[in-house]
Order: sequence, then C-alpha cells, then structure tokens
Amino acid sequence: MIRILHQIFKTGIVTEPLSPSDESKVIVAGSRLEEEILKRFRKSLTIRLVDAGSCNACELEIHAVNNPYYNAERFGVHFTASPRFADMLLVTGPVSRNMEAALKRTYDAMPSPKLVAAVGECAYNGGIFRDSYAVRNSVSEVIPVDAFIMGCPPAPADILNGILTAVRRQRP
Amino acid sequence: MPTLKDALISALGEDLKEYTLQRPSDVSAFIVPRMSFRAAAKVMLAQGARLAAEWATDDAAFKKGFSVHAAYNLDGEFLIVSAEMPEGGPSFPSITKKYLAAYRFERQIWSLFGILPEGHPDMRPWIKHEDWPADIYPLRKSFDGKTYIPKAAGTYVWVRAEGEGVYEIPVGPVHAGIIEPGHFRFQAVGEDIINMEARLGYTHKGIEKRFEQMDWASAARLAGRVSGDTSVGHATAYAEAVESASGTIVGLRAQYLRAILLERERMANHLGDIGAICNDAAFTFMLYQMSILREKMLRTNAALFGHRLTFDCVMPGGVSSDITREGKETIKAELSGIEAEFDKLVRIYEDNPSLEDRVYSTGILTPPDAKAFGVVGFVARASGVANDARILRPTDAYRKVPPIPPLLTSGDVHARAWVRIVEVRDSIRIIRMMLDEMPEGELSVEFTPPAPGACGFSAVEGWRGEIIYWVQAGPQGEINRCMVRDPSSVNWIAIEQAIKGNIVPDFPLCNKSFNQSYSGNDL
Ligand code: SF4
Repeated sequence: MIRILHQIFKTGIVTEPLSPSDESKVIVAGSRLEEEILKRFRKSLTIRLVDAGSCNACELEIHAVNNPYYNAERFGVHFTASPRFADMLLVTGPVSRNMEAALKRTYDAMPSPKLVAAVGECAYNGGIFRDSYAVRNSVSEVIPVDAFIMGCPPAPADILNGILTAVRRQRP
Repeated sequence: MPTLKDALISALGEDLKEYTLQRPSDVSAFIVPRMSFRAAAKVMLAQGARLAAEWATDDAAFKKGFSVHAAYNLDGEFLIVSAEMPEGGPSFPSITKKYLAAYRFERQIWSLFGILPEGHPDMRPWIKHEDWPADIYPLRKSFDGKTYIPKAAGTYVWVRAEGEGVYEIPVGPVHAGIIEPGHFRFQAVGEDIINMEARLGYTHKGIEKRFEQMDWASAARLAGRVSGDTSVGHATAYAEAVESASGTIVGLRAQYLRAILLERERMANHLGDIGAICNDAAFTFMLYQMSILREKMLRTNAALFGHRLTFDCVMPGGVSSDITREGKETIKAELSGIEAEFDKLVRIYEDNPSLEDRVYSTGILTPPDAKAFGVVGFVARASGVANDARILRPTDAYRKVPPIPPLLTSGDVHARAWVRIVEVRDSIRIIRMMLDEMPEGELSVEFTPPAPGACGFSAVEGWRGEIIYWVQAGPQGEINRCMVRDPSSVNWIAIEQAIKGNIVPDFPLCNKSFNQSYSGNDL
C-alpha cells in the first residue's frame, strides 16, 4: 500500500492543457442549435462508442483520451456502457456490412438529440477499405453525423477537440 | 534436415508434385491429389507438426479451378501441401478431425470461396453472417469486389447446452467498453460457465479481396491496417512475404530498424494491456500508471517516426524512416525512464493480494489444449508451448540479437500477464543492443515485383504472436492472392476452452488476458 501511495504521490498530475487542433482535423457537418446542446450537456457528456469495423487503432487512441495526459474527465466527458444514457455516439470504422444493423440499433436506442461524431478516415470516407464489398464507405451513409474527426487514426488531442467541437460548435 | 519434407516424400512419393515457384527456398510446397489432402495431414500429424494455416485460392487467372493449401510447421520448418480442384462443385477432404485449428479455417473457406470441406462437422457459415445471400462467395474471382452485398433473410444456429438450470447470456456485438465488436453466447449454471461460443466477423471488411485490387507497393498500407494495434507486425509480415516471392534482399540496417519497431510495438501493447488486465481485476491504479508509460512511447514514436503507432514505416524493400544518432539517445533515455517505473509497478503487481486472488488459476488454458489448438504468441508461451517466429525463423537482425522469450506452464490469467511482463523487459534489452549494433546502410533497396505465378511466405512474431502471410503473383505479376493469418485466427478458439468452468463475472478479465484481435481475425 505504501508503495502504491508513494507511486501516486510521485507521479503527480501529468494532465496537460488541451491545445486547439488544426482546423482541417475536425469537420463539422449539419447544423444544430448550440444553446440547446449546451443547456442539455452542461458539465457532463456521456459517450457511447460503436466500433463499426475499425482496425482497432482508432479505439487505441480513444482509450488514450482517458489517460492522465489528456484526461477527458476534466471536461465532464465520460464513456458509458449503455446507449440509453448516451448523449453522443462515437463511431469508428468504415461501417462494415456486418455492423450496419448494430450501429443503427444503437443509434435508435439513444435519447435525442443523438449527437454523432465519426472518428477516423474510415468513418469519413471508408479510408483504405473504400468501395470494398463489405463496407458502407462512411458513417453518414447509415446515420446522421455531426462532426468528422480526421486522421488515421486521429491523435487523442484531435479526438478530444472533435468531441468538444461537436458539442459547442457554432452554426456554419 | 527437413523432417516434414522427408516424411511426406516417403509416405506419398509418386503422388507428389513439387511446386517450384514457392519461395523462400526453405519453404517447400507440394501438390497432392485432391483425395490425398487428408492423408498428407495424417503424415504431418504423425510427425508432430502444427497446422499453421489453411486457405484456398481461385486459380481462374491461371485457367484452372481452385486449390486448397495447408501450411504445416515443425521447429523451423514450414511446408505447404496443396490440392487442386475442378471449377465446378469444388470440394476437398476436411482435415478438421486431424487438426482442431482447421475447424474455422475450413468454415471460412466454405463461406468465402464456396469450396466444400467434405466431412467437416460444422457447416454453419463463418464471417459471412446469416443476412448474406448464401450463394455469394466474395473471394471467388467471378465476384466483383466492389459490389456491396445485398441483405437476405436468415438465422444463425447457436450451439446449445440444455438441461435443468442452464440459462443463456448473449453479449454483444456492441460491448460496454472501448473495444472491438463480437458476439458471445454463454451457457451457465448459476455463475459457472459450462459453454461459451464466440461469433465473430462483425469487422469483416473484405481485406483479402481488397489486396487483389492493389499494387504490391501500396498494399503495404493495407497490411498495416489489418489490425491497427499490430501495424508494424502486419506490414513487416506482408513485406517479407512479398520480398521472398520477388527475391528481394533487404539490407541489414533496414532489418534492424524493422526489429526495433516490432519490439517497440510489442512493448507499447504489453504496457497498455498489463494495465488493462489489472483494471479488469479492479486495480485501476495500474491502468493509469501503465497508460502513462505507453503514452511516453507513442510520443517518442510521433517525434522519431512521424506516427504515434508507427503506421506506414515498413514497406516492401525496407523501411521509410531512419533512427539518427540523436534518435538513438532519445530512445535510450526513454527506455531507461520506462524501465525504472516499470520495475516499481511490477513489484506492486507482485505483492498485491487482491490482484493475486483474481489472476491466479483463472481462465486456464492447459498445455495439452494449447498444443491441440495450435495457439501462438504469448498465449502459447503462457501454456508451455514455445512458439516464437523470431526464433523459429529469425531474420539476420534477430540472429545477431536473439530474443529470450519466457515460458510458463500454468496457462492462467497471471501466466499470460507475466509472460508479457518478462517480454517488456526483454524488448528493452533487445532494442538497446540493436541500437548499439545496428550497422550503417541503406534504408531500402529497389523492389522488383514478383514474377508471374511466384508465391511468397513469411512468419513474423508480432506482439500477439506469429503472423503469417502467403502471397501469389498472377499471370501479369499482379497480386492474385494475399492470405493473411493473424495470431487471433488460431487463438480465439482457445478462449472458449479456457473460459469453461470459470464464473461469468471473470469473463472480461479472461478475455482481456488473451486480448485477441477482431479485425485481424475477421479481415
Ligand atoms: S481511420 Fe485508420 S486507424 Fe482508424 S480504423 Fe480506419 S484504418 Fe484504422
């Protein structure tokens, strides 16, 4: 126990301030009222992840968003097991044929306003898997998307910025 | 002394035809009459060989029907047995009753090629879900890989255990955490799991077909995205297979750089997973501490190799980035920092009774089962099976700096975690030595595409274990077939075995200790 406490004490706080992402990294799609979203999610945003056929690297970087350096919790961002409590859906992958139904079901199970952020190049345009017989080429082919976060995979800071942008964004 | 080759020749003699376009030269390939495919498996089994992979090819480009291929391994020897089939109603004698590992390979051949493994005990489709039209076989040449497959009606029949008090728990495909999708069915009595069946294929993206639409050089990017946590492993395995097919000899410096990248990928994944295993045993402290060490590595990667997960660093002919003199110092300093912290954390792991309680004797994969399923990687090394491609088929870099992989026999969650702890330390040692010994030289050599009909083979030890690629050039020298065998394709089924008799709440912990890839399995 002493060792654990010592390690915790010695590690200290490694969380860094979040610097803004390059504009090209986050693409805002559609339009919604900013106030409504802010009112609804003040101080807490609950996210459900759906891997719709990613290569798993996007998941690794979403994990990193929770590590002490990026510490998503400080923005009130946390991940949930159930779509029923989710304010936002994070979706990765080109939407494999075999995940299409599950993705739709998860989306349908969410309460409104159903924010959706698509993470990674695959989720934007199918990436390297584009036009394969087994993928849909974009999350937006299957459900409405509010923001696309670019990168293969996107860096954790870009993912976090993308999530916050999707919530706070201005009307285009 | 090629034991398997000798045994096959003395058993099947006249019936064999050597396939001379198979490379590298120490991998031999024989074509047997279709009906002798199982007899050949029997000969291999008698020698104690492992079935490393089984796959099919559509030989339309060569104006032929189909072929089925099986790669066997014993010590450092790999041998491929193939059988040809006619174009109409292709079938071959199943080898599943000889080799358990063939069970899913053959279901996949049936599902994606429409080639019938005669005598296979389970003909339910695999990867191809029930809503696919049954007569669509995407890996056949006659199927256009760009047509999105329409939906059809159908149901999947699960294996059922019946009896008093048996109830069923379905889980997935979307899971609670930030992980890949898959579906699991548990049959339990009270809390005890009596049967578990996994159903995968949710992340199937048509990767093997996609390879056939690409050129040799750019397909390295695709290989690096087969399983994104093993980008270097897959890109290296792909590159080595292609290089063997085309007779390209990669320089020693490039080989060292590949090995260093492989070891870094091993470390980063092990660090993350050791933390995650502890987290699933309700010891969150470790998750955060290990994720700090992992993050440090990814940042060094971004600074030195231009990508946090070292994507696209390996391609046929060599590597795309070098390590400068300062780069070496950066890595050495990083490793020293990680080593010191890691030692402290391992000590905490070792004397934490609450952890001990959860990880010891949970999710046991016994050594006989591990051998029977032909598992690979850290899963094998935790269950007494000393399989490591870095030792069985070393590149020159690994010959100069041989790894010292651990071998445990208890096969439980702890053994799998401990093997990975030891491997983190060994990777640190290997990287340090390689940085010191790495010779000057070219990063890449010019790569000439393989000649028509040439086949290449590779076995590379990724962090999860042995990755196998088999490539075949078509009549124009294009990619006619690229077979990918991720370690997960053989290891997944072992989880079903290891989970029996455990309690339902221990499944996440067990599963995490295996941490197999969905994407690498589903392709
Ligand atoms: S965007 Fe890149 S990292 Fe993300 S799932 Fe696709 S291939 Fe993998």
